[in-house]
Amino acid sequence: MTTQAPPKAVDGAIGFLDERFGTAGFLRGKMKKVFPDHWSFMLGEIALYSFIILLATGTFLTLWFKPSMSEVVYNGHYTKLYGVHMSEAYNSTLRISFDVRGGLLMRQIHHWAAVLFVASLTVHMLRVFFTGAYRKPREVNWLIGLGLFTLALLEGLFGYSLPDDLLSGTGLRITQGVMQSIPLVGTYLFYFAFGGDFPGHDFIPRLYTVHVLLIPGILLALVGAHFMILWHQGHTQFPGKNRAEKNVIGKPFYPVFMIKAGAFFMFTFAVIALLGTFAQINPIWLFGPYTPDAITAGSQPDYYMGFLEGALRIMPNWETNLWGHTVSWNVLVPALVPLGLIMTGAALWPFIEQWATGDKRIHHIADRPRNAPFRTAVGMTAVTFYGLLWLAGGNDVIADKFHVSLYATTWFFRVAVFVGPAIAYFVTKRICLGLQNKDADILHHGVESGVIMRLPSGEFIEVHEPARDEDKAVLTGKVPLPELAIEDEDENGIPSPSARGPLGKLRKNLNQAFTADDVPVNGHDEGHDDTGPHAEEDLQPGGVEPGGTGGSRAISHH
Amino acid sequence: MKWITAWRRRPWAGYAVVLAALAIIGVAYAGVSPRTDRAQAAAAAASDQDVAKGKQLFNQACSSCHGANAEGTKNAPSLIGVGAASVDFQVSTGRMPAMNLGAQIPRKKPVFNEEQTRQIAAYIASLGGGPAIPSKDQVDPASGDAAMGGKLFRANCAQCHNFAGSGGALTGGKYAPPLDKATPEQIYEAMLTGPQAMPVFNDTTLTPAQKRAIIAYVTQTRSEPNPGGNGLGRVGPVAEGLAGWLVGLGLIVIAAMWITARKPKKKHNV
Ligand code: HEC
Ligand code: HEC
Ligand code: HEM
Repeated sequence: MTTQAPPKAVDGAIGFLDERFGTAGFLRGKMKKVFPDHWSFMLGEIALYSFIILLATGTFLTLWFKPSMSEVVYNGHYTKLYGVHMSEAYNSTLRISFDVRGGLLMRQIHHWAAVLFVASLTVHMLRVFFTGAYRKPREVNWLIGLGLFTLALLEGLFGYSLPDDLLSGTGLRITQGVMQSIPLVGTYLFYFAFGGDFPGHDFIPRLYTVHVLLIPGILLALVGAHFMILWHQGHTQFPGKNRAEKNVIGKPFYPVFMIKAGAFFMFTFAVIALLGTFAQINPIWLFGPYTPDAITAGSQPDYYMGFLEGALRIMPNWETNLWGHTVSWNVLVPALVPLGLIMTGAALWPFIEQWATGDKRIHHIADRPRNAPFRTAVGMTAVTFYGLLWLAGGNDVIADKFHVSLYATTWFFRVAVFVGPAIAYFVTKRICLGLQNKDADILHHGVESGVIMRLPSGEFIEVHEPARDEDKAVLTGKVPLPELAIEDEDENGIPSPSARGPLGKLRKNLNQAFTADDVPVNGHDEGHDDTGPHAEEDLQPGGVEPGGTGGSRAISHH
Repeated sequence: MKWITAWRRRPWAGYAVVLAALAIIGVAYAGVSPRTDRAQAAAAAASDQDVAKGKQLFNQACSSCHGANAEGTKNAPSLIGVGAASVDFQVSTGRMPAMNLGAQIPRKKPVFNEEQTRQIAAYIASLGGGPAIPSKDQVDPASGDAAMGGKLFRANCAQCHNFAGSGGALTGGKYAPPLDKATPEQIYEAMLTGPQAMPVFNDTTLTPAQKRAIIAYVTQTRSEPNPGGNGLGRVGPVAEGLAGWLVGLGLIVIAAMWITARKPKKKHNV
């Protein structure tokens, strides 16, 4: 890590600010802030850059878009809609697409950026989750991230509802159904939002305000908070040589990271611009204007709403009548349960983990996913659940393209959303254990050298040589969880108060889940039998070196 | 060619050209119209012969399923009264003669040529009437109103065939095929006869003018280029989501890996 002073230009600017606001110490320090070098740490940046692109292109669109439901007759350049009655919202979006110079490109960039915004948020969140980067002290930023994600979904939903084309109208109809299905308040909620009948004249203008002002404002504030906290707390980093809880190894913000980030922004922008130029998205002129009597095959929402659509499609058609009110489980459950499960679960997870493991320490070293099998497995369970619902949202396209029955796909997904996640849980856990065993084995016996030797007995073996220090540091960087101070029983055999009762039992069980599958990397007994003969045991005793970098326990010889 | 240029410049040249054109059109019309009359007469005259030929072809290729007199068997429905339109649709799209009876008999390369198809149609029509094959004018996309066709298509057809006619899945392993291959005649006949899982749109549900408008919409839509780049199969947001993840995010993540990649190990540590 280089800590050169910022060059004159930057220093001058900092000096200027300092003379007026007294910020030099802060800024100089921040200029030297270190960013770790691992591609998965760039995922959040994709989201930031897409957001910037959304703001810019969205502002362009506001110059021409008219959020109005008043009826007009189309007389623009797209002859296939000539003379068709439509809303001003749809008309102006057509105008942006066909009559405004660069308008179609801007619309497409805006939409592709929206897709990539949510996609990159998703993978960024997954990275944070699987590396345990949400642990103390970063719980608040995790929650802010979840808020960003939820708002991004809403922002996208409202965005593609604006043009009032056939697909967005179908989507709004579903939104309306979901609102109305909420027990007791549903009808009022619907009238409040739509201001009368569906679709009505009020809803699109309201959506517009929310889409261009309210949510972007909140998003901006949250992004700001997110980054300030990040700046203050620093990045996590993967374990490695010379890396510790106390330092961050990587590149200083100025100049190295700034150049890299600039280049990365350019690259993100280039990819989105390429998609916007060469891949058509949301061709509203093909969908036609929304009319209540029309419906089309393949009416899906944008992908990020796809898992809700999937839940809706595979939900059996259940309704019950309670005290004269119909409760539409068929809408209510798919609309609220999957999203609720995933988001609530994600929000509570850091606190559940702290409670179950008793781990209240500060963490700056990221976990390698394999070293936290329970968390990784639970994460994969959620990913599988989400992924299957997402696929179910496209079941008609799947049925059509792969020539299977639509009905069969529905039933397949009904079963798969329960079975799939369970399988994912166990498979992931096995893989994590396997990888842990491999790590332990490498530390223990070294890596295969490719050299074959013949023993006096005639047997052939491959010589193993000790792992490199760098690799070893990664492997031994695993931080064991602390022992949970729940005393099972006191000396008289009576369970301690903290372990009694359902909560205590739950905590104990959870704790076990978090700690059970731990292969100690420094021990010697594990992972021994299943790895076959090893040269150094016979030929070069001491082939495993005591790694100076070790964790809590040193690596011992045979 | 100098003389043409010189000649064109004369004041009377314009009138002469118009007159000549009128004369040509008149003569051509006089020449063509009796011939069409004659063709119709020929068609009528050949009709008996066609029916006989058609019956022959039917016996060879169709009777095994539809019965010796098209009365139907337990494998296939009766064809009495289905009309020439239905036969023309089924045979010209290659659906008939059916090969193996799955959930839905697919479109394939036709077995019979145009003349043979017309002969089989004539035979079936002779058994009990039914809708006739539409005339060229009835299916002419150029005289249909594509904007109206679009509205009708979204209200009547898009729910199965998708907004751009890209096709879609139905229940029970059936599917509404993409409308990229059907000729104007076949589109008309499909509406008129409602093959397999498709409903019938008779002339009261959709008037002939409305059918022609739909044909104009379908043919224009499939030949129109995608102004936004690659159409991604025109199936809607599912393909867009896939492209966003695989191409978009994929490329950017590769860039991230490239930017953060460490140079191959040199002496100094970072
Ligand atoms: C392998 C059996 C088989 C053969 C051979 C066959 N068909 Fe069919 N055909 C069917 C079946 C089954 C249907 C019903 C399809 C449906 O509607 O599901 C059908 C339907 C039809 C229809 C549509 C009837 C309607 O209600 O509109 C026509 C027309 C027809 N066949 C004509 C023919 C002709 C002409 C031939 C010979 C060239 C032929 N078929 C050969 C099995 C066969
Ligand atoms: C209920 C769903 C449904 C609706 C609505 C529907 N179709 Fe179809 N359509 C089908 C099915 C199923 C087939 C395939 C029939 C077969 O293979 O025999 C089909 C076949 C066709 C074909 C033949 C395609 C080919 O390549 O051979 C055309 C053309 C067609 N439909 C046009 C239309 C038009 C135009 C409308 C609206 C007026 C319409 N369809 C409405 C289900 C539908
Ligand atoms: C996080 C941010 C945002 C997301 C996810 C998002 C998403 C979307 C989407 C998916 C559409 C539909 C586009 C289409 O027709 O294909 C849309 C439309 C629109 N957006 Fe945004 N947007 C965001 C921010 C903004 C901002 C900040 C503005 C304005 C300042 C804006 C202005 C508009 C306008 C005017 C439209 C309608 C015009 C049209 O559809 O072509 N958006 N948005």
